[in-house]
Amino acid sequence: MNEIAKPAQRSRAAKWSRRGFIGAGVLAGGTLLIGVAVRPGNPVGKLGSLVAGGQGEQLINSWLKIDADNIVTAIVPHCEMGQGAHSVLAQMLADELDADWSLVRVMQAPADGSYVVTDTIRGFVAQGTLGAPDWLEPTWNGLFTRIGRLADGMITGGSSSVRTTGQHTMRIAGAAARQMLVGAAARAWGVPAAEITTAGSVLSHKASGRSAPYARFAAAAAEEDMPQTPALKAPGDYRLMGTDAPRTDIPAKVNGTASFGIDAVVTGQTMTYAAVRRAPVPGTRVAKMDASAAKAMPGVLQILNMGDFLAVVADSYWQAQQALNAITAEYTAPESSIRSSQDQFARFSAALDEAGEAGGKEVIALGDAKGAMAGAARKISADYQVPYLAHAPLEPMNATVWVRDGKCEIWTSTQVPLMARSAAAKALDISADDVTMHHPLLGGGFGRRLEVDYVIMAARIGQATGYPVKMIWSREEDTQKGLFRCADMSRFTGGLDARGRLVAYNNVFTQRNDPADACDCAFYDIPNKSIRVAEAELHLPFAAFRSVDHSQQAFFIESFIDEAAQAAGRDPLEFRLAMLGQSPRHKAVLEKAAAMAGWSTRPAAGRGRGIALTESFGTIVAEVVEVDMSSGKPRATNVWCAADPGFAMNPDGFRNQMEGGIVFGLTAALYGEISLRDGAVEQGNFHDYKLLRMDECPAIAVEIINGKHEKLGGAGEPGLPPVAPALANAIFAATAKRIRALPISKHFA
Amino acid sequence: MMKLTINGKVTAVDVDPAMPILWVVREKLGLTGTKFGCGMALCGACTVHLDGRPVRSCSTPIAEAEGKAITTIEGVAGPEGELSKVQQAWISEQVPQCGYCQSGQIMAATALLRDNPSPSDADIDAAMAGNLCRCGTYVRIRRAIKVAAGLEPAKGAPQTGSAQA
Ligand code: FES
Ligand code: FES
Repeated sequence: MNEIAKPAQRSRAAKWSRRGFIGAGVLAGGTLLIGVAVRPGNPVGKLGSLVAGGQGEQLINSWLKIDADNIVTAIVPHCEMGQGAHSVLAQMLADELDADWSLVRVMQAPADGSYVVTDTIRGFVAQGTLGAPDWLEPTWNGLFTRIGRLADGMITGGSSSVRTTGQHTMRIAGAAARQMLVGAAARAWGVPAAEITTAGSVLSHKASGRSAPYARFAAAAAEEDMPQTPALKAPGDYRLMGTDAPRTDIPAKVNGTASFGIDAVVTGQTMTYAAVRRAPVPGTRVAKMDASAAKAMPGVLQILNMGDFLAVVADSYWQAQQALNAITAEYTAPESSIRSSQDQFARFSAALDEAGEAGGKEVIALGDAKGAMAGAARKISADYQVPYLAHAPLEPMNATVWVRDGKCEIWTSTQVPLMARSAAAKALDISADDVTMHHPLLGGGFGRRLEVDYVIMAARIGQATGYPVKMIWSREEDTQKGLFRCADMSRFTGGLDARGRLVAYNNVFTQRNDPADACDCAFYDIPNKSIRVAEAELHLPFAAFRSVDHSQQAFFIESFIDEAAQAAGRDPLEFRLAMLGQSPRHKAVLEKAAAMAGWSTRPAAGRGRGIALTESFGTIVAEVVEVDMSSGKPRATNVWCAADPGFAMNPDGFRNQMEGGIVFGLTAALYGEISLRDGAVEQGNFHDYKLLRMDECPAIAVEIINGKHEKLGGAGEPGLPPVAPALANAIFAATAKRIRALPISKHFA
Repeated sequence: MMKLTINGKVTAVDVDPAMPILWVVREKLGLTGTKFGCGMALCGACTVHLDGRPVRSCSTPIAEAEGKAITTIEGVAGPEGELSKVQQAWISEQVPQCGYCQSGQIMAATALLRDNPSPSDADIDAAMAGNLCRCGTYVRIRRAIKVAAGLEPAKGAPQTGSAQA
C-alpha cells in the first residue's frame, strides 16, 4: 500500500516544496506533491484565468479559492462519476480549513497540467493497483525522474480519490490555507497567531473579542508565506471528516440542472449531431458502403466513411441515426480465428492444459505446493469461467467537438481529461495546448471512460465538418463496439490434510491485468501455494471494469474456498475463520457479516445463504447473500455487507458505494454476458444485455467497521467482488448445485 | 409548426411529427434534464409525463404530445423552484450517484405517488421496474419513495446541500 506522507498525529507533511512549479506536478524528494501557489505575482496567469470566476475572488492556492461572500470553492482534480469524489474531497479540504460546509462549493478542476493527479498515478504504479493505461507504460521505469511525461495523469480510477488526492493534496491545501488566513489575521490584529482560532469559516481572537469571516483576510492570506509543513488534524479533531456531510452534487441531480457530457451545448452556435457505426468485428474496416438512400433523408448534412467507422451528421441526433440505419455496408474479413464464445473459451482451456500443474508465468509461489499436494489426504479440483462484460454506463459514449483554425474544443464525460486532450491533439496533429477540454459530470464511468476511443472518433468527425458536432453512440454501438471486461477461465487444485485443512493450493488462469495481487487471497493462512497465469489471446479489446481483476478473481477464489470447505465437511464460515488467524481485521469483518445475516440460524425452506470475503483497493469486505430458490430460479432476497475501509471519510457516501457495487456485481453474476457470433458481439440493448431492476433488487444492509486507521481503503469498487461468489455459494447451500460459470441465470433458463 | 405545452408554457416547434419527444425537448427546447439511455423504452432515463402519465419519450413521437401537457424534470419543482416531496426525499436519502437515471426515476416515482399515495413494496416494484439505475441506487430509491409518501421518516440529512459551483 501507499505509504507516502501519511498524516500522523498532528503530523507535519514533510517536504512540501515552496518552489513547486505549476505545470507537470511537483515531486519533492519523491515523497509528496501538490499543486502550489497561484497568487498575484506568481507566473501562473494561465491557470488563474482557467479557474478564476467572480469578482473579488482570491485564489489561495490551486486547490481552493475564497470569494467575497465567504464561499470556499474546492477545485477538485477528480471527475465526478457517481462515486461522490467531488463532495468528499471538498469535505476533507473543508475540515482542515475549518470551513462552514454550507458555504463550500465544488469546482471541477480544468484539464490543465497543474492538476496532474500524480499521487494517484504513483499509487497505481507503486502498488500496481490498477492497470496503468497504455500511455503510462513507457514511463514505468524511472517514473519519478520523467514526471514531464505524466502530464496526462489527471485520472479518476482505482477507488483512489480519497486515499491519494484527498489525503495528500486536498487536506494539505485546506490546512495550508487555514494557516495562511490565521497568519494574515494575526498580522492585522497584532496578536500571536497561536491565539487565533478558526471555525465555521470565521477567524476569532478570544482575548480581544475580534472575529472576521475568512473572506476578509483572503487577499492578505495570499501574501503570506506558503507554510512548508502545514499541520494536519488528528482524528480526534475532525469536524467534517467521518460525518455524513450531504453531497454537494445531489441538488442539481434532482431538478434536471446537472450537466453531463451529453448535455453540452456550444454557446451561440447551431448544434449538429452525429450517429456512428463502427465495423462490427475488432480490427475490421468498412470495405464498401451504399449511402444513396441516407443522403436524401431529411436533416442530413454529411455522410462520412472514416475507414474504421461510418458517421452521419444531421440537424438532429434522431435524423442522423435514422439515416445511418439506412446505410448498408460491407466490412473487411476479420483476422482473428476466434469467431464464437466457444472458440474463446477453447483458447483458454488449451492454455490452461498446456500450463498444467507448473507451467505458465509464476505469480505467487509459497512453500512447497507440489510436495504438499503429493502428501495431501484429499484432493479437489475445479475450473471456473466468466464471460466478457460491457460496462454499460447509462450515459452512452459521446463527445461534442468543434475543430477550427488549428484548434479544438471538446466537451465530454471522461475519467481522463488530460489524456483525452492529448489523444485528440494527436489525432488532429495539433498541439495539446490547442485543445480545450470541458469535462462535466459523467453518467457513469466504471472504467469505460478511462479509454478515449470515442473522443478520438469525435475529433476526427469534427475535423471533417469544421463546425460544432455532438457525436452520440446508440446503446447498441455502446454495447457492441467498445472495450470490455475480459472473459477468463481459472483452474484450481487443492489439497486437504487429514484434519481437513487446505494445505496445498494450485491455481492457473489466463488473464491478468490489475491489481497485481487480485489473484491471491493472502489473508487466508494457506501454507503452500502456486499461482500462475497462462496467457491466452482475447478477441475483444480490454478496458478496466469496476474492481478490475477482482471482478472475476473473487468469484474464482471464493467459490473454490467454498468447495474446499464442502470437501472438508466444514461450515463455510468456520472453514474460513480457521484460516484467518493471522488476519484479525479480516476475521472481524467476516464475523460481522455473519452476525448481521444471522448465519447460525437456519434459512427458510427453499432458501440458502452464501458467504464470501475479499480485500480490494485497501478495503476488506465480507458479504452474505440469501437466495430464494422456491420458484426454481434464483432470487437474491438479502445482502448483508460488512466493510473495513480503515476510516470512512463520509460513511453514508461509503454505504451508497457498497450498495451500488453490490447491485453492479449482482447484475454481472446473474445476467452479465457479452457473447460472440461470427466474431461480433451478439447483445445490443438492455433486453439482451440485462441489468438488475428494482423488482429484483435485494434488501441490502451495510455496516462499516471504523478503526480510524491512517491507511484508507477505497469505496467505489470493493463492494462488488464478494457478491458473485456469495450468491453462487448461497445457491449451492440451497440446491447443492455448484455454479462454476457465470452468468448464473443461464443455469436456470 | 406544432403547438406544444411544456411545463405549463405553450411553445411552437417545427419538427418532423415522427421525431421522438426526447429529441425535441433536448435539442429543440434545450431541456436537457431528460436523458437518452437506450432509445428502445428499456431503461426509463427518458421518462416524462404526458397529462400526468409517465411515458418513455425516446419511443413516443412528438405528434402524440400535441394537445397534451408535457412535464419534464425541469417542471417538477414549483414556480419558485420549491422542490416537490419526491425531490426533497431524493436529497434527504442522498439517492443519486452519477445521477444520469435520476430524472427518469423521479418522473416515474412522482407519477406513482400521484396515483397511489401509499404504495406497498410490490407497488413500488411494479411502477419502478422500467427504470434502470446502473449505479445501483434502487435501495435508496425505494426508501425515498416511502419517505416522500410519509410512510417512513426522512433520514435526517439536511435538505440543503450546497450547489455545484
Ligand atoms: S432512453 Fe427511453 S427508455 Fe431508455
Ligand atoms: S445514479 Fe447512475 S445510473 Fe442511476
